[in-house]
Amino acid sequence: MLDVSVAYNRYKFLGHEFLTWLWFIMDVDQSSILKTQSDMLSLEMDNRIVLENSLDNRVENITIKGDDAGLEEAKLSLQKGGVVTELNFSLKTGDHEWKFNIKGESLNVSSLRPPETGKIEKKEDVEGAVLEKIYLYEKVVSLVENLYTQFIQIRISNKWNSETVPLIKKWIKS
Amino acid sequence: MRLLSSSVSITRYKVKGEIQGPLIKTVMEGLNKNSIIEIDNESMEKTAGWTSFDNPYLPDFETSSCVIGAHFVFSLRIDKKSIPSKIIKKYYTIEVAKKLAESGREHLSRNEKKDIREHVTNALILRIPATPNIYDIIWNYEESSLWFFSNQKAANEELETLFSKSFRLSLIRLFPYTMAELAAGITDRERDLLSTISRTKFMD
Repeated sequence: MLDVSVAYNRYKFLGHEFLTWLWFIMDVDQSSILKTQSDMLSLEMDNRIVLENSLDNRVENITIKGDDAGLEEAKLSLQKGGVVTELNFSLKTGDHEWKFNIKGESLNVSSLRPPETGKIEKKEDVEGAVLEKIYLYEKVVSLVENLYTQFIQIRISNKWNSETVPLIKKWIKS
Repeated sequence: MRLLSSSVSITRYKVKGEIQGPLIKTVMEGLNKNSIIEIDNESMEKTAGWTSFDNPYLPDFETSSCVIGAHFVFSLRIDKKSIPSKIIKKYYTIEVAKKLAESGREHLSRNEKKDIREHVTNALILRIPATPNIYDIIWNYEESSLWFFSNQKAANEELETLFSKSFRLSLIRLFPYTMAELAAGITDRERDLLSTISRTKFMD
């Protein structure tokens, strides 16, 4: 295995491509995402997206946020050769909703807000509360891992250049 | 960051290696040997160590249970003293004035000023309590996975160093490359392909 810091920097583009692919999939083929977890109702982009565009040796970052923010600027950035570097998600199952953020270069989960849980009133409640939180966090962690595995399998196959990239290009232009 | 908060950040790790000896006893020993020490009345500026999840300010791994379900649950505590520069400046200025008055001179040498600054800083470090920061950890030993409830680089580096020292196991941080390398079902040929891939241009 490569040195950790070398591998982190050299391959962070994989995380950016993953988020770009994920936005494309969420937009055009929700059904393939819903297959990832049996009880999932939807996985959608929430209220924040960050894109990075490297032009003539300078890096341009674009952040779009807000509940009713339009995504035209984000699409425009992709058209100029940009990639998604950070994305905020909303995951729904039944009556429950999780909100979380994924940073492409690290694939770290941040600002993860799981569905609300009961208040801890006694010391004896702590163990149950911890297990409940682990269960709720696991939903997001395993979803990200499964989606990334799905992405990597396509990314290292011939299908990536022959089918997926042309479809993403078409979607970006649309 | 505490795992029971309403909003959390998680850095994921794969744990490499196996505990030699009885699992719970060995883990408890590792936690005890490297538990946080108080530095409030010491000349140390910073310290890091394990603490118990349910009692982070009075760690006691003997009575505190670190096992919840199939997980070890404990915390990393990093205590740091930070002295505001304006406080250092205040006491430094007073000390310099005192020294000038005592010696009857108009100026102090560069070394004398440096010594005074060091003396003032060390005296203040002894008087200022350290600020504790607590980061929770969930370690699923059976699945060799660990969640650290912070994305801060410095806290993650402290965790990696202390974990290796305490349990003689290494932590592999999960990020795009390591996640792909360790992805389930990936073949050796695919792993080789992974090392040769380059950036995709989505627009011509």
